Amino acid sequence: MNAITVSDLTRVFGDFVAVDHVSFDVRKGEVFGFLGSNGAGKSTTIRMLCGLLKPTSGTALVGGIDVSRDPEGVKRRIGYMSQRFSLYEQLTVDQNIRFFGGIYGLTAERLEQRRAFVLDMAGLHGRERTKASDLAGGWRQRLALGCAILHEPPIVFLDEPTGGVDPVSRRQFWTLIDQLAETGITVLVTTHYLDEAEHCHRIAIIHAGRLAALGSTTELKRVFAGRTILEVQSDDPVQAMRALDAMDDVEKTSVFGTAVHAVMRHEAATDTDGLGTRLAGAGVQARHIEPVEPSLEDVFLDVVAEAGA
Amino acid sequence: MRKALSVGRKEVRQILRDRRSLMLLLFVPAFFLLVYGYALNWDIRHVHLAIEDRDRTAASRSIVSAFVNSGYFDLVADVRGPDDITQLMNHGSARAIVVIPNGLSRDLAAGRTVPVQVLLDGDNANTATTVMGYALTILQSESAKYRMVTGTIGGPSVSAVPRVWYNPQLRSTLFLVPGLIAYIVMITSVVSTSLSIVREKERGTMEQVRMAPLDAGSFVLGKSIPYYLISLASALTILFVAMLLFGLPMRGSWLVLLGTISLYLIGALGLGLLVSSIADTQQVAFQVAVLASFLPTLMLSGFIFPIASMPPFLQGVTYIVPARYFLIALRGIVLKGAGLAIIWPQLLSLVAYSCVVLLLASLRLRRQWR
Ligand SMILES: Nc1ncnc2c1ncn2[C@@H]1O[C@H](COP(=O)(O)OP(=O)(O)OP(=O)(O)O)[C@@H](O)[C@H]1O
Ligand SMILES: [Mg+2]
Repeated sequence: MNAITVSDLTRVFGDFVAVDHVSFDVRKGEVFGFLGSNGAGKSTTIRMLCGLLKPTSGTALVGGIDVSRDPEGVKRRIGYMSQRFSLYEQLTVDQNIRFFGGIYGLTAERLEQRRAFVLDMAGLHGRERTKASDLAGGWRQRLALGCAILHEPPIVFLDEPTGGVDPVSRRQFWTLIDQLAETGITVLVTTHYLDEAEHCHRIAIIHAGRLAALGSTTELKRVFAGRTILEVQSDDPVQAMRALDAMDDVEKTSVFGTAVHAVMRHEAATDTDGLGTRLAGAGVQARHIEPVEPSLEDVFLDVVAEAGA
Repeated sequence: MRKALSVGRKEVRQILRDRRSLMLLLFVPAFFLLVYGYALNWDIRHVHLAIEDRDRTAASRSIVSAFVNSGYFDLVADVRGPDDITQLMNHGSARAIVVIPNGLSRDLAAGRTVPVQVLLDGDNANTATTVMGYALTILQSESAKYRMVTGTIGGPSVSAVPRVWYNPQLRSTLFLVPGLIAYIVMITSVVSTSLSIVREKERGTMEQVRMAPLDAGSFVLGKSIPYYLISLASALTILFVAMLLFGLPMRGSWLVLLGTISLYLIGALGLGLLVSSIADTQQVAFQVAVLASFLPTLMLSGFIFPIASMPPFLQGVTYIVPARYFLIALRGIVLKGAGLAIIWPQLLSLVAYSCVVLLLASLRLRRQWR
């Protein structure tokens, strides 16, 4: 059974369509990623699924309940961690946990249990009396996650949980997400980071309010079937990009650090030496050229360009 | 209800964390009172007075001694004619001159109205008004003796109409305290409730709270109770300070007093909620809260400007200013010992105000909550 079923979900602000007929399913126990650039409509979609925002049209079943009909019923079955840090900064770790436990209506006994669990999970034992505002990013985020799942919801929505957090903490956070998923909890998570998206079982790429692509990483990479990506290392990537763009068999290029990825129109076009010579003809010294597997970033750029066209 | 308590406990902790604001809420009011109280308690005394007694009878001497014994005037000269008056005024050696007409005693006995002229040095309008207030009161109480004497005022400051601070007891502070309570309590409760809710909207904690199975009512109740208690404490602090330092009497029942303050507070908190349902940022909330609470309470409640002397339109507006009713009730309870039998119309108006404001606020907040 699906934990979440979304069909033609749409949200309009004034005459601006923030979410445009989005449809997808999320399976039980799945880690489902929402990938999209700023303003793509990720948060708006999540807020509709949480019952915080009324959809303009379309339906969403969360845990089998229609969000438009019974937003309260949905809220009881889900956890939500908003994009902004939304704990009380002036209160201590402990006070935050107790407050959220209180408004979720946990009994004293259950609250004690869950409090211990959250302190464990967030690695905050011994820091119960620290003010939330004094916590470093990673701890804050884990505390926020803990407070969002105090009532043990089977479905959890995380809106950019790792925004503004250092790489080590990000990795730790994803370990937590994996652990949640192992206990059968469904996780829908949005992110900007493509490396994080690789942790997800399936990914939805959202662009300008529309669902541009959906599938596992492997499935998504299939958009490059019939095409090859050549990675060109050179001293002047910008110059190299210009030269490549001028060639007929290069569909498009994008810069990856000091390298340039050139998407070749045909799989056959893997004549790296020939390309090197042609580049030299255009005045660009390529240090190294090799065919590479498409990364998620290649996929993202490709999908977004297609969706924009 | 348990959830409302959780919200309340959290709010109290947040308030306690923010010691500076708490101190501000609790003690600035009392400080205000001290400043205003002492400033205004410097009732003008030792006003240099000259008297021209053209009657020279027992009746006229009684008026003279009423002025001298009032404690506000020092008799500095005896006026013998118009030249004296000009000279005294021009040199500033007398700030007030009372002219008792010839035939006062006779006319009083005949039951006729006798004009007693009071000339005032109008260079300081405030002093002049206050002095005029003294003179009027003294003449009125004398007049009460004869039931017929009326003071007529003339001189340089005639145009200064009896004003604001004037009060029959000549005790500014006592009259001021109820107004200060009305005004301070209004500000603390409207501003602090609206800010505390809008802050949650701004910081995103509201959204997190809305995810919990908690209805808007419990949230609002939990958030309001601490501010209700603080505002109540603040009001009582002012009262106690005024009793201790300025001899403010407390002639009525404490229970009625607490009830009246509470009613007023509920209306004020309701207004705060209404403001928070309109504003999305703390800055806007603050501005709206100040506009909606501070100005009307200060200007349109009868605290500073008497309602009777306002233009008819503004007089109409004062009917929706809760402080208008609160002031009358509070003055009644504290100064006159009035009970429910007397102040019920005011209390009823406060109840009506609270109901309307709370209804509007809850309609708006509930809609935003979903
Ligand atoms: N309440 C609102 N009123 C008007 N426009 C809104 C509102 N909320 C969001 N939008 C607009 O809808 C679009 C999508 O916003 P959304 O927050 O869903 O994007 P996002 O994908 O979460 O972006 P980000 O990565 O920056 O968080 C944006 O252009 C935003 O300005
Ligand atoms: Mg977002």
